[in-house]
Formats: sequence, structure tokens, C-alpha cells
Amino acid sequence: MSSVLVSTTINGDPVEFACPPEETLLDSLRDRVGLTGVKEGCGTGDCGSCSVTLDGRLMCSCLVLSAEVEGKQVGTVEGMVQNGQLHPLQESFIDNAALQCGICTPGFLVAANALLARNANPTETEIRYALAGNLCRCTGYDKIVRAVQVASKEMRKKSKKTKKK
Amino acid sequence: MGNDTSYTDQKFEQVGRRVKRPDGVDKVTGRAKYGADAYAPGQLVGLILRSPHAHARIKKIDTSKAEKLAGVKAVVTYDDLPDLTGGNRGMMDILENCMARGRALYDGHAVAAVAAVDKTIAKRALKLIKVTYEKLPHVTDVDEAMEADAPVVQDFVFTSGVEPKPTKPSNVSGISQFGHGDVDAGFAEADVIVEKSYKTEQTHQGYIEPHACLANMSSDGSGELWVTTQGHFVFRNVCSTLLGIDIAKLKVTASEIGGGFGGKTHVWMEPVALVLSRKANRPVKLVMTRDEVFKASGPTCSTSIDVKIGAKKDGTITAASANLRYQNGAFPANWGMIGAMTAYACYDLKNVKTVGYDVLVNRPKVAAYRAPSAPMAAFGVESTMDLMAGKLGMDPVEFRIKNAAKEGTRASYGPVYGPIGIGPTLEAVKKHPHMRAKLKKNQGRGMACGFWFNFGGQTCTDLNIGVDGTVSLTVGTIDVGGSRASLSLIAAEELGIDYEQVKASVADTASLGHNDMTEGSRGTFSSGMATIFAARNAVEVMKGRAAKMWDIPVEDVVWENGGAKATGKAHSNLPPLTLKEIAAKSPQTGGPIAGHNETVADNAGVSFASHICDVEVDPETGSTRVIRYTVVQDAGKAIHPDYVEGQFQGGAAQGIGWALNEEYIYGKDGTLQNPGFLDYRIPVCSDLPFIDTEILEIPNPNHPYGVRGVGETSIVPPLAAIGNAVSNAVGVRLNHIPMSPPRILKALDEQAGG
Ligand code: FES
Ligand code: FES
Repeated sequence: MSSVLVSTTINGDPVEFACPPEETLLDSLRDRVGLTGVKEGCGTGDCGSCSVTLDGRLMCSCLVLSAEVEGKQVGTVEGMVQNGQLHPLQESFIDNAALQCGICTPGFLVAANALLARNANPTETEIRYALAGNLCRCTGYDKIVRAVQVASKEMRKKSKKTKKK
Repeated sequence: MGNDTSYTDQKFEQVGRRVKRPDGVDKVTGRAKYGADAYAPGQLVGLILRSPHAHARIKKIDTSKAEKLAGVKAVVTYDDLPDLTGGNRGMMDILENCMARGRALYDGHAVAAVAAVDKTIAKRALKLIKVTYEKLPHVTDVDEAMEADAPVVQDFVFTSGVEPKPTKPSNVSGISQFGHGDVDAGFAEADVIVEKSYKTEQTHQGYIEPHACLANMSSDGSGELWVTTQGHFVFRNVCSTLLGIDIAKLKVTASEIGGGFGGKTHVWMEPVALVLSRKANRPVKLVMTRDEVFKASGPTCSTSIDVKIGAKKDGTITAASANLRYQNGAFPANWGMIGAMTAYACYDLKNVKTVGYDVLVNRPKVAAYRAPSAPMAAFGVESTMDLMAGKLGMDPVEFRIKNAAKEGTRASYGPVYGPIGIGPTLEAVKKHPHMRAKLKKNQGRGMACGFWFNFGGQTCTDLNIGVDGTVSLTVGTIDVGGSRASLSLIAAEELGIDYEQVKASVADTASLGHNDMTEGSRGTFSSGMATIFAARNAVEVMKGRAAKMWDIPVEDVVWENGGAKATGKAHSNLPPLTLKEIAAKSPQTGGPIAGHNETVADNAGVSFASHICDVEVDPETGSTRVIRYTVVQDAGKAIHPDYVEGQFQGGAAQGIGWALNEEYIYGKDGTLQNPGFLDYRIPVCSDLPFIDTEILEIPNPNHPYGVRGVGETSIVPPLAAIGNAVSNAVGVRLNHIPMSPPRILKALDEQAGG
């Protein structure tokens, strides 16, 4: 069995690894690159805990083959901290108790981040539908939706400030 | 010296604050390590081969080809798991559930396992194992399993609780009865009697993290196990017994847990990982797929329940009875008994009788699922309560208030209640603005009540004070949803310091005394109690140190506002010593400062909730949406209100999924048809509204802060609350859970036709 060699960019860093051609991006990220913040809840595209971005688009990494990310930009929860600062969504999830067990949290953060990137001011319904691919069994989603609402407000305030400057 | 656990009405500085949890940053950055996130040098990939049949004799397992495959390091079958249980049938059931012994008892029952250098080879090895099965007749429905000619699932099971002792094995493993008074006389007194039968389908806890562990046995007979579990001490004891390892030689570390809800209180596969590791002499990581989680880890029971209630015209219930048949999967358990205990726990009844039947079928071993057994019984009883209120022309809330249990009521399952919250939650529902909100066409409102016992159990806690005055709190209960924050608040409260000065962590089994499973909503209750006493012990030590520093008798020292104070005129010139100052001097005054507590936390304090729910039913499709939901529950004392609300909301959401969508679907061949999140649909974000909560605080008299467990009760009322709401919305009463669109459509069609 011959491996494929994959050269890609993960959270801004160049990364190379070899893996079997049938290996999923989820398995490579976890077992070869050491990014275990990407979780496996189902392996079949139904739970969203393996959410990553691929060239900015939200994906289930369990449905992507590693060979497909050659030359692409992969984003995981581990890349959300910038300059040692938690992302406003991360802050807000902690402040608003949006996690209980926390296994779904990386997936929700990546998905919510992708939502806010294309819609800075989503309605409650928009948030609920944008996050409908992510399962959480602990929270009933209440505090997750609220945390995204708070973060989106924070982020809009911040971007107004930077624009003024 | 015994510790006084009585409630004292103290004022709180720290308890009740909505502080940030200590594991928050790790969990939002991906740093937190869950069951599948541990790696060991040289680790192998473990995989399990499972039966494709519902019931089959295993005639032969040929592993020779798999063993020869390059890269395969171990193959195990039940031959590698000899019976060391010494006749303990409960232990044997766990072992047999981990690995079939001559007979596969359900679709998904483990038959063999391999460990190989990578996943690809491990998968190939599984395919090379040849199992010869002889299919046997099976039964998966609870009522069918009770019929005289049903295939017998376990031939060692004879019905217990009947006289004379049966001579033939039966699928009914036990019959248990609860109640008091004379129900026949009670029904004779009634003006109105309502009788109805119900069915609920089997659901899974649905934790997002599959079972996962990393086993590492050494050739010297000692070993380590990293595992996602609700009780690593119990897992240690069970695995030690099953594999013949000394308890002290098996160190079990609990990973962060990605949800459990009772499903991770049971040992499913860990002995297999340990045995693979022992045979291969290398670490083995074993992680279930989602398909395996559904097929081979514990769902809750499916049930069939008959309820009968009789009442006077004025709304007084004169008698209530129920027969509750619960299927426990392929191994005996007492979930039907628990259902029979909880069924009428909310009410003050003169004559009550419940009979629980525990029944074996060819399905996976049933596990605890959040207030296990109570939601189904409550579905039957609370639906019937609404029917009765309707017949009497009474408001359903008023009818319940009239019959609600109160302090001094003898519960249907035996004990006499102390101060309890059922009445207050009902009064709160009555007053709630939700009850007066307008409804539109095809919308309806329902409410229902729920009860759960709660549990205390064995608990051991350490509290160590560093020389800089910060505090390490070491607990042995698992943090399933923020308990490290709650327990830190409690330690800070007792010591009189700020929450930020305390860091709580969960110890491995080598570092702390035994702790029971984190179940029965006991985490914050019992570890909270142990934390209080550990902190009080540390305070005693610090008072002694302060006395030494001042050179005064310790009797003249009190602890106030996070420091020692010298009392009495003679010492009025002594300024108080802070915890920090005492800690800094500790190397000179006697060494490290610590407090410990070991306890069996009794009297967890029963818990009650009342829920209100609005639904909208689409008469075209039969699909039902929950449009508004309110949880009112007694928490005793909310230590960290955010996480109390979180428990209320999460339980309600699980109940909503159970009520409307979730069910195990078995084919005629006895195999599970929907072992995945696509076809077993749990609620997603767009299915639900915000879930409003109201926390009531009726102190538990047997906890210094008044704490009651809060984790489970919230899953009890939703099934009936939604059933009642659907009935009020479109006039059909569903007696079969889940109320999926086809079932609702059928009921609507029948209503239109009849
Ligand atoms: S693991 Fe990829 S969607 Fe569940
Ligand atoms: S917090 Fe546990 S699954 Fe979402």
C-alpha cells in the first residue's frame, strides 16, 4: 500500500504528511498533525464536531479525504486564538456558559465563526439554521445561541472602532 | 468526629456567582483531552468484531488468518477473558456483555477483537476472523417477550418476586410492587375512573463523544487505563475483578468526558482494551464508532405501561395504579422496578399500587439514562392526569396542586417526604406569564410534573493549600457539566477567599480514595459536601498554625473573612492573619496545610420539576414544533446558576427529542435499522426555541448549603408535557412515544374518519 504525500496549510502554517489514500482529513488532523481539538462524534457527516474550514468554507473533516486538501488552507479551532488572545466567540462561550461537556464546542466555534464571517449580524433564526449541522446533547442550544449573539455584537462594536481609527 | 450535614441558613459571598469555569479555556481552544485524545508511544489500534445477528449460537471462531496478518499484534475472544468472577452473576453479565460467550445476544454484541499497528490493518484483520453462527429465534418487543411461547433470552433467569419460585426460566427477570392503602376500595369510592395504556420506544443518551479508552498493561501485571467515564474508581474495581488485577495496580485516569447522561456509568469495552494490551504487550487505543455506540452501548428501556386513576368530582384522587413493563435488553436489571417507584412520586395518595416488570429481550444491555425509568412512567401518569382533569372539568394545574405531595406525605415508594418542591413548582407554573400567552391555530399548551430521587454515595475529597495561599481542590467525581466551578465556589466560600484562588481538578484512582459513580445527580451534592468538610478541616489546621505564630492558645483563634482572628481582650493588639500569610509561614509552622474528607453522602434530597410547553402541529405533515418551553425546578440551592439552568435546558431538550423523534427501530430480523445520527435524529439548534428556566430553592435539610441534585429531573416531564400540548393543539391524544409525524398523522386521520 502506498501513501500519498500531502502538502497543505493548517492554521496558517505549512504542514506536510504522508497518509493512506483513503484516510480522512479528520484522522490525519488528529493522528498525524496532533490537532485533537477536531473531534469525531460520528464519522458520517451528521454531528459537526469535526468542523473545519477549507479555503474559508465550513466542512465536516470526516467527509474530506486528506489527499483533497493538497495546496489548500485548512482552519481548525486551534487557529482561532490570535496573538495569544481568545477569539470573541471563545470568550463569549465561556462567559455565557455555552458549554457543558465541551465536546461539541470546537465544532460550534468553527461553524459560528464561519457564519459571522459571512453575516456579521445574524438573527436568532439565522444562527439556529447556520448551526443546525452541529449536534450538542448537553445544552439544548439555548446558551450557545445566546453566546453567538453576544459575540457578534462584540465583534461589530470592535470592527466599528477599528474603522473609526 | 461526625460532620454536621444539617442545613444552616447562611449568607453566601461566593456561592451563587456566575463565575467562569476553570476548564473553559482548555475547552474552547481544543486543548482539553477527551477519551480519544490520548496517545502513547507504540500504541496499537483496537477494533471489535460484532454479531450481525439478534440471537445466535456461536459455533466456531477462527482467528488463525487474522493472527497471521502482518501488523496484527493480538486477537482476543472470550477464551482470553476467563471467568474470574467467583460466581458473581452481575460481574459475569458485564463480562459477557463485553464479549459474547458462546451466544450472541443482540445485534452488535462483541464477538472478537484485534489490535494492530494501524487502522487499515486492524480493519483487514477483522474481516479475516471467521465466525460460524447458528441463528436462534429472537424477540425485541417487551410485550412479545412476556408471552408464554417467546424465545428465552437467558436460561439462568427465573422470575424473582413471585411465590412459589418458578421452575422454568423466563424473560421476566423480576416483578416488584410498591404502594399503600387499598386500591380496590379507592377505585370503588371514585366518581370518575380513567384507564389508559401507553408505549414508549427505546432511546439513546446520545452523548456526542463515543466511548474511548487507552489501555496500557505492563508485563509486571500492573496497568493504566485512560478512559471517558462517569466513574473511574468503579471502572477500576470492575476491570480489576474481571481481569484479576490488584486494585492498587490498575491506575485509571478519567479523561474529560464528552457527555454521559448515565451511559458512561457502565463498563462496555474497557476490559477488552486491557486484555488486548496485555496480550500484545503494547498500549491499545479502543474507540467506538457511532454505529457501535448505538448498537452496543446502553440505550434506555422501551416500555409498555397501563395507568388507572380514580377521583372524586371535587378532584381528590381516591386511587391510582399502574403496571409498568420495561425491557432491559439482554441482561437482567431493575429498570421496571425503578419506574414503578417513581410513577406516582409527585402525588399525595391514600391508595396507590404500582407493579414493575423487568423483561429481557434481544437488544443491547440497557443503561441508565438521566433519571432512568422515570420519564416513561411520568408519560403514562401525567397524560392520564390531564385526561382526568379534562373529565372532571378542572384546570390541569389546579388538579395537580390539589393532589400534590407535601412535607409529611408518604411517597408511593415508601418514605415520608421532608420539605419538597412539587407544590411550589406547580404554584410557580400557575403564576408564570407563559401560562397566559396567546396561542394561535394548531397550537396547544401542555404541562407535566416530574420527580427524581437523587443519590449521594461514597465520596473522597482533598484540599491542599500552597505556600502562596492558592488552593488545590482534588475531587473524585467526574465533571460532567461545570462541577469544578461549583466545587471551587464552595471551597472559596468556606475558606473566605476569592473563587480565583481555588483550582479544582479530578484526581486519578492512584491519587485519591474511592468515589462512587457520578450518577444520581450527585456530583455537586456529594463532592460539595465533602469539599465543605475538607475545607473546614483545613481551617482547623490553619487556626492551629495561627495560634502557633501568635503563640496563643488555639481556643482563642477564630476564622473570619478568609483569615485567623485572635479573640479576647488579651489579644486585641494582634492584627488578623490572612490565609495567605499563614500559608507562607507553613514550612516553619508544621509543614503543608491540607484538609481531607471521606464520607458517604446520604439524604441527597428528592427533586421535583414542573414544565410548560407550547407546540404547533402541522396537520398536513403531522410534524410538531416546540415553540415555547419553560422549566421550573427546585434546586435546593443553586451553587452556580448558569450550570443549573444548563442542566434544566439540556434535560428538557433530550426529553423533547424523545417525545417527538428519537427511537430505536428494529427490523423483523431483530437488527437495528437506524444506528446513526442521520436516522436517529436528536434535536438540532433549529428545532428548538430558547428554553426558559425558573430555579426554585427549597433547601435540602440534609446539606449544609441546602443543595439538591439538579441534573436529572428535567428529562422527566417533557414527554407528557408535549403529549398534553399536542392533545390541546389538535385534539388527538398520542399514547405512543415518539409522537413522530406518521403517528400524529395517523391519529389525525382516525379522528377525521371516526
Ligand atoms: S465526525 Fe464529522 S460530522 Fe460527525
Ligand atoms: S456541551 Fe456537551 S455536547 Fe455540547
